[in-house]
Amino acid sequence: MGKILLEMKNITKTFPGVKALDNVNLQVEEGEIHALVGENGAGKSTLMNVLSGIYPYGSYEGDIIYDGEVCEFHKITDSEKKGIVIIHQELALVPQMSIGENMFLGNERGKKNAINWNETYGEADKYLKMVGLSESSRVLIKDIGTGKQQLVEIAKALAKNARLLILDEPTSSLNETDSKALLDLMLEFKKQGMTMIIISHKLNEVVYVADKITVVRDGSTVETIDCHTTEVSEPRIIKGMVGREFTDRFPKRSGVEIGEVNMEVENWTVYHPVYAERKVVDNVNMNVKKGEVVGIYGLMGAGRTELAMSIFGKSYGTGIKGTLKINGKPTVLKNPREAINAKLAYVTEDRKGNGLILSNPIRVNTTLANMKAVCDRGIIDTDKEYQVSVEYKDKLKTKTPSVEQNVGNLSGGNQQKVLLAKWMFTDPDILILDEPTRGIDVGAKYEIYCIINDLVAAGKSVVMISSELPEVIGMSDRIYIMNEGKFVGEMKASEATQENIMACILQSGRGE
Amino acid sequence: MNLKAMDILKKYTMVFALVLVTIFFYWQTGGKILLPQNVNNLISQNAYVFVLSAGMLLCILTGGNIDLAVGSVVCFVGGIGAVMMDKNLNVWFAVAVMIIGGLLVGAWQGFWIAYIKVPPFIATLAGMYAFRGLANVVLQGYAVGIRNETFLKVFGGGENCYVPDFLGGSSLNMTCMVVGIIVVVAYLAMVIVNRIDARSKGYSVTPLFQELVKFVVISAVILWIFYKLANYKGIPAALVWIAVVLLAYAYITTRTTMGRYLYAVGGNEKATRLSGVDPRKVYFFAYVNMGLMAGLAGILVAARQVGAQPTFGQGYEMDAIAACFIGGASAYGGEGNVFGMVIGAVLMGVINMGMSIMGIDANYQKVVKGIVVLVAIIFDVLSNKKKK
Repeated sequence: MGKILLEMKNITKTFPGVKALDNVNLQVEEGEIHALVGENGAGKSTLMNVLSGIYPYGSYEGDIIYDGEVCEFHKITDSEKKGIVIIHQELALVPQMSIGENMFLGNERGKKNAINWNETYGEADKYLKMVGLSESSRVLIKDIGTGKQQLVEIAKALAKNARLLILDEPTSSLNETDSKALLDLMLEFKKQGMTMIIISHKLNEVVYVADKITVVRDGSTVETIDCHTTEVSEPRIIKGMVGREFTDRFPKRSGVEIGEVNMEVENWTVYHPVYAERKVVDNVNMNVKKGEVVGIYGLMGAGRTELAMSIFGKSYGTGIKGTLKINGKPTVLKNPREAINAKLAYVTEDRKGNGLILSNPIRVNTTLANMKAVCDRGIIDTDKEYQVSVEYKDKLKTKTPSVEQNVGNLSGGNQQKVLLAKWMFTDPDILILDEPTRGIDVGAKYEIYCIINDLVAAGKSVVMISSELPEVIGMSDRIYIMNEGKFVGEMKASEATQENIMACILQSGRGE
Repeated sequence: MNLKAMDILKKYTMVFALVLVTIFFYWQTGGKILLPQNVNNLISQNAYVFVLSAGMLLCILTGGNIDLAVGSVVCFVGGIGAVMMDKNLNVWFAVAVMIIGGLLVGAWQGFWIAYIKVPPFIATLAGMYAFRGLANVVLQGYAVGIRNETFLKVFGGGENCYVPDFLGGSSLNMTCMVVGIIVVVAYLAMVIVNRIDARSKGYSVTPLFQELVKFVVISAVILWIFYKLANYKGIPAALVWIAVVLLAYAYITTRTTMGRYLYAVGGNEKATRLSGVDPRKVYFFAYVNMGLMAGLAGILVAARQVGAQPTFGQGYEMDAIAACFIGGASAYGGEGNVFGMVIGAVLMGVINMGMSIMGIDANYQKVVKGIVVLVAIIFDVLSNKKKK
């Protein structure tokens, strides 16, 4: 048993009307990687905000004991002085500024009114090397990928002399390769004696790096699992998170008959909207049948979203070539409206940016893509609109006091349900679901899977894009594998394993 | 209970501000501000603000977009009308040309903004210069008077700009009082029908007590205004136009698909586009509509001033923008409504008139107006912050 670096004792934090944290206890040993897991809204981020001083001392009850002394942090800089540095889920970098400028933003090198640029860039380069980045610190943030940006965030934390590093969902926007690299970097830091707390939804990653796992549920710590003394597995953690045994992560689909081909895409090629010489989707052929769930798996940046959006009324890309057949008939869809009329629906991966109007109520969001169904000559039938939104709220079990609630106030899982409701209301035959379960908790995921099963049972076709392998294998009838704009494999779900799908991608990479 | 009182206070902040400001001026002017004549002037003088704000609100809803050209367009349209009537052309022909002129200006600006993606600020700044210049060209640099009686009567200018008193009251304008009562009865009927309808379909209804208080307050205000007007010369013709415009826009923003799309584009343009709505059409509509309102405002202003001159309408765009923002429209789009806009416009009007009666220097009046706009927005920003 090593020395306890951090102890949070009986932490209780209340927001008006809600107890976000209820008597939470957390112990972190020096030199370990401690994982915090829990469903969305369980209180993980609140706990870390208490620790870092974002919620100042006095706004919560309980004690924070760090390095043997009781601490009172009033603001973030107080905790940073002690070496507690938090890296938030959303990257906090200024795209137009260089790596070096970002790294010392608010912590500038040199005198107050005379920044020492040599020192800035020199120091920055040193820290970049430590995180394994070969870029010069003079490169602009917008010119490097998200994976590298995440590393810059870590380098920035190191520059603050971090002793206890808190990473909130560090891999949520990274692809598989970058995620792996990041986790390995964490293990490397651990060897050098750094203590880390990681918050993550991705349980496989947690199992990979963590020494101890603390499970948070409904604002309380449920248990702490020591990974060295007990056998940890994902089902074991999920059991703690949801409070019950979770044997079946994917609901069974039985008796759904797969019918004729509903949509077919032939020789589909799409170019980048700005760099018109760059092929984003390269000669893709695919089809989906009635009653079938077709999975498209690929790493981030493989061109999956671009493929889907270009099919959906050319809402992405330029120079789109290829044939789209719906029910065997070649069809040209010039804009989203024509796509909707052709019974196509695209449920975006970016529900906040491209999907929902957060400042509007559920009712308005539900009918937006199909206003004509609740309208008579441009006049809205408010009764009908209300009934429709209530109907879908009940059908999809959206948790909300009323359909007049603004979508921005809902949790991720419920927002996703509103987004699904919106597109189900357009009565599509073919639904393209882009990362339908991203960033939502285990319970809500299961409900979304059930909705997908209901859809195909009703004879619809579903194309499911996902970067979670277990999900693709668990939910699909057939899987396409995409890499660098091309389809590099197709297999039945019954034959697919994580290993042979990854092998497919690796082989295609080598073939170039 | 306390929390609820706070909520109501927050929702109707500007209404309370209006009441307080009115009480302040009532005290400072020895009650002059609420004399029948002044209530009448408040409506007639500010007709253009209500009309322009209705157009401006739709532009602002699409994403905080404003139209800086409306002041110049008012002058341009008014100038065209005045010159045409000066040449003894048919009055209705002149009115039609003015309205179509406004629409064409709106289409011109809307085209650049919606389809070529010129930022609205720049496109309308260009319009502000260009149409001011054109107005001068049309008027050849001179003031042109309007002598057409029909035009003045219908659009509320000159001496006899009131709805005639059919019922012939002696000291009190009976028609005005009767109309006021009809409005209240119609409002009551609407509230009752709405409640019965909601009840029968099982929707939640506001508590009877709350509804009653709201009804009594609104009815009292309506009756009081009509009583004041009846004590003066009756219903100003401009009020008829204001009422038509405000009712139409309250309906457009709440009950039509186009209204819904204005809010949707302002709330999240990308999501709206992927929902099969063409945002370009929505922007275009907002600016064409703004042109229409500028045309109507041009007509009302020309009638009120009994003519047109090259300096007409300077700063009108700012009055309209201020009314919308004071009335709670979001500078980022997607939020705002006609009721708030009306309160904003009335608040500005009361402050203007109160300071004029008090004899405050016109330059200081501008300073005060500027501060009022700033305070309104600061309050809005702070109360939104607390919500989060």
